[in-house]
Order: sequence, then structure tokens, then C-alpha cells
Amino acid sequence: MSGNNVIGEAAIRAGCRFYAGYPITPQNELTEYMAEHMRTVEGGVFLQSESEIAAINMIAGASATGVRVMTSSSSPGISLKQEGISSMAACELPGIIVNIMRGGPGLGNIRPSQGDYFQATRGGGHGDYRTIVIAPATGQELADLTMDAFDLADKYRMPVMILADGMMGQMMEPVIFKKPNPRQYPEKFMLRGAGTGKSKFIHGLILDPIDSEAHNWKLARKYQVIAENETLFEEHRVDDAELVIVAYGTSARIAKGAIKRLRSHGMKIGLFRPITLWPFPELKLRALSAKIKNFLVFEMSTGQMLEDVRLALQGYANIEFHGRPGGAVPTPSELANVVARVYNKKDL
Amino acid sequence: MAKTVFKHPESLKEAVFHYCPGCGHSIAHRLVSEVIDEMGIRGITIGVPPAGCAVLAYNYFDVDMIEAPHGRGPAMASAIKRCLPDRVVFSYQGDGDLAAIGIAESFHAANRGENITVIFINNAVYGMTGGQMAPTTMLNQRTTTSPTGRKKELDGYPVKVCEIFSQLRGATYVERCSVSSPAGVNKTKKAIKKAFQCQVDDLGFSLVEVLSPCPTNWKMTPIDSCKWIDEVMAKEFPPGVFKDEIAEMKKSAEAAPC
Repeated sequence: MSGNNVIGEAAIRAGCRFYAGYPITPQNELTEYMAEHMRTVEGGVFLQSESEIAAINMIAGASATGVRVMTSSSSPGISLKQEGISSMAACELPGIIVNIMRGGPGLGNIRPSQGDYFQATRGGGHGDYRTIVIAPATGQELADLTMDAFDLADKYRMPVMILADGMMGQMMEPVIFKKPNPRQYPEKFMLRGAGTGKSKFIHGLILDPIDSEAHNWKLARKYQVIAENETLFEEHRVDDAELVIVAYGTSARIAKGAIKRLRSHGMKIGLFRPITLWPFPELKLRALSAKIKNFLVFEMSTGQMLEDVRLALQGYANIEFHGRPGGAVPTPSELANVVARVYNKKDL
Repeated sequence: MAKTVFKHPESLKEAVFHYCPGCGHSIAHRLVSEVIDEMGIRGITIGVPPAGCAVLAYNYFDVDMIEAPHGRGPAMASAIKRCLPDRVVFSYQGDGDLAAIGIAESFHAANRGENITVIFINNAVYGMTGGQMAPTTMLNQRTTTSPTGRKKELDGYPVKVCEIFSQLRGATYVERCSVSSPAGVNKTKKAIKKAFQCQVDDLGFSLVEVLSPCPTNWKMTPIDSCKWIDEVMAKEFPPGVFKDEIAEMKKSAEAAPC
């Protein structure tokens, strides 16, 4: 299955019953998959919205009723969704937002890119908030982590972003879908009509600054708990490594190809792959710097995750960078050459 | 035996409105609450207040509510209704919310024939932000962003929501009313009830536009504001039923049971 279709199937299996989306390349297969399959499952709603803005607000409304929800788009469309993502964070509404990144800024192009790291990991919209950002690197991870994303969104009542790129979205790989966990989402958070009881309201508008501050700190404490408990990462051949590449998603796969080549030439290269980009696995990366002093950050951007790596390593190691922004996708051999140059003049 | 002829609606909380004296929102809130009470649908109603003066509507309506970002009410309401088809879902919007920033969401909810009700308060200005020009501001009307009056050459024309929305095949019931007089208030209530009934009967999209006074931003007394609605606004925005396909929809629903 293509990555886009894997996300759709995983979402439906995880119990997603509301999807809204708007056409944009390179994520269209996901919207099309949902159009084909969502209306055939019981209670499933598929809506092609009039815009990305409408789509995010639709999933916010559906989420409030207690349904598992998802929307997807690609970079320019994700910019439009920021209003609703901020609103969902404020109102503590769970939901999944898929960004199949393409080249930017502006309309850019439809080639795979990783230029939305800042937007994804810093919140993206206005106000003090975070979204959990998950960056799968394989079809299998798209399947597993999409399912997990729904659980995380419910657990912390917040939007969770799946951050992949056009390469991941279009690439076909075999996958095995795991059994989803039974959903645990308390009815008290659902808006389904007051019945004979007290009416509820869900809102992010808090006019009193002291109350609003308290709400902001409440969210911040939640984000702290997530930062302490929900980081995911992969270490690949780091045990004897003298230089470690830090890369995520498609870049990490290219890096693995490069590492295979470099290892065959006797160069001791490893990979550190953040899987959650927020929370960033900074403590794990810092721990690596106790014995490894050379890192190379590789991204399909001009250097965005690079800043998080610098923050994590706090000057305790050398950091080099190689980036290909704007939809350019490097080959493993290109990266291998860059890494070899750095490795061979390394100060060991 | 004393008979109750007037009481506080149960669907309206006993809170003091923050609205300015003479504002039409308080009347519209009351009318919607009365209709909800009379139809006995409080427990199954979900409301979506807008950004604008009515942003705090959830402090007043005693039904489940969720705030929508500016203009997005109908998108949210559509989704809520799709997930909970047996609930009554309404969106409450102002003129900036519906006819400017949220025109796409409102237009397409209507065009999809979403089985929701939109209560549209038209007071020809952005009220909460201090009286700026709205899409429904009258030509030559002075506002803080049209200080010498709205000029058609520079600012375009007042947007006629009912006239536009009644053209959409997805819309079932579209009426414009006014709360500038007791008769207008009664008519408005009837229209709101008809719109909610249209939804309860599963007949599709309904919209009630309410010409509503904003004395503060019009810089008029409440009485002059009502006069201005009748003598000036109602010329540009004539009250009336713009679309009523309730009977046809009922017939076709009966003809093709699914």
C-alpha cells in the first residue's frame, strides 16, 4: 500500500469515524482512500470540505461529540489549518492532523520536503501550546504510529500531528496492521446534548487574564508530562560509532543507506532518529554525546531540527549539517560523500 | 386561577446579558430559547456561538455549546450534526462572521444541504470590535472604517445573504425578519421555530436572518435604531420568506422513504 493509504486504513482500524479533507498534492490518495472507505464503515463520516480551514473546524466539531477524527493536508494547507489546531489545543479536543510535507515556502512545489519542522514542533498557530508530532520513517511505522497517535490524542486531549513527506506518502510498502487498543475516552468530555442534566460548553475564550493564565499553565503542565513520558527514537549502529547522523523520516532512511555504504568502507557511522519531533528526545541524544563527539544533522530543509539538536547537545559535541531544501531529495551516495568528508577530517 | 403568560425561558440561564442597552442579541437569544423550550428540545440541542458580540452566548443559552473560531460555525455545526444526526444543531452568527470571514463555510454548509439551522444576526457593523464596516454595512453608512460613509466604488455593496443563499439548491428554508418592532419580534420567533422544525423534520438547511439594532455602534438611541432598521435597512434588506421548500421536501421524503 502507498503510505497515504496506510495512514487511512490505520486510522479507520483505530476507530476514526470522521474525516474531512481538501485536495492538495502529495496527500490526495489519503483523502481519496477515506472517501472510498469511510462511508462504508458504520457511523463513518467523510466530508470533502470547502477549504483546509473548514476541514480542521469540522474535525474539531466532530471531536467534541466524542468521535475519533482526522484531517490531512500538505504544507500550504497545514498553514491554513493552524487557526483550528490552536483552537483544538485551547479547547483540549483530540484529533489527528496529517501533514504530507512538500517543498516550500509559499506554494513551493509538490516534491518531498521537511521544511515544516518549525511549524509542526513549535505549535504553528498562535498562543502557548504544543502538538505532539510523530515522524514515521516506514510504511509499517505509518500504520503503527497512526494508531498510536489516536491513543495519544485521547490520552492528552490534544491535536497530534503525523509529519511525513511526499516520499513517505507515495511510496508503496507491505505493512501488517496491528490490533488497535480499545478506546478509553471519558464521556464527560463529549458534547452530545445536555439531556436532562446540566449543559456544557467547550471554549477557548477566557476573558479574565488570571483564569486564562491558569488555563495556559494547566496546558503547560500537561505538555511537561508528555515531554517526560512520550519521546520515541531509534538508535541505529551507534554502539561503536565515531560519528552519528541525526535525521528523521525520509532523511533517516536515506541516512541508513548512506551508513551501509560508509560502514562497508570501514567508517564507524551511526544514526539517531527522533520519532517524536515534539517532544524531542533531547535527553537520549545528550546521553549519546557522553561518548560520541561528532554529529551530523541531515534534513530536507535549510536546518530546522538542527536547532533542537544544538539545544540538546548544549555545545558538548561538534555538529555539522547537510540540508537539501525546497523539494530536493538527496541520494544515499550524496549523503555518504558528505559524511565521509566530515568523518575523515574529524578531530578524534 | 392565575395563568402564567410570561416567564423566563428554561433554556436561557438566569444571567445578566452583557449586551448593550437596545441590542438585538438579547431579543434573539430569548426567542431562540423560547423556541427550544416550546419544542421540548433543550436536552438534544447543541449550539455553536460565533466570534463577535455573541461569543459569550454560552453564558446565556442553557444548552450544550461549543465555540467556533471566527466564521467557522457552520463547518463545526455540519460535523456535529453528521456525527449526531438526531440532535438539533444551530449556529448563531453575525454579519462579519457569516458574510465575510465565514462566507465559504456558511455557503457550503447551505449548499451541502446540511440539516442545521443558522441564526444570522445582521446589524450592519462589526459590533464587538467597535463598529467597523461589515459586509452588510449600508452604502454611505458611517462606521469606524468607513468614516465618510461606505463608498460602493471603494468598499463594494452590502451583501444580501438571504437573496444569495436562497439560490442554493441545498437550502430548504430562508427567511429574513427584524426585531425592530413587537410585530417583527413575533414574526422572527415564528421563523426561528419554523427553521428548527424544518431541522427536526430532517428537511435540510434553514437560515433565519434577523435585522437587529446596534445602538452603540450606530450612535443612535434604541428607538431611533429601530426606526433606522424599518426606514433604511429594510429597504436594502427587505424582510420576507426567500425560500420555503419545506412542503416539497416533506413530500419527496414521504415519496422516497429510505
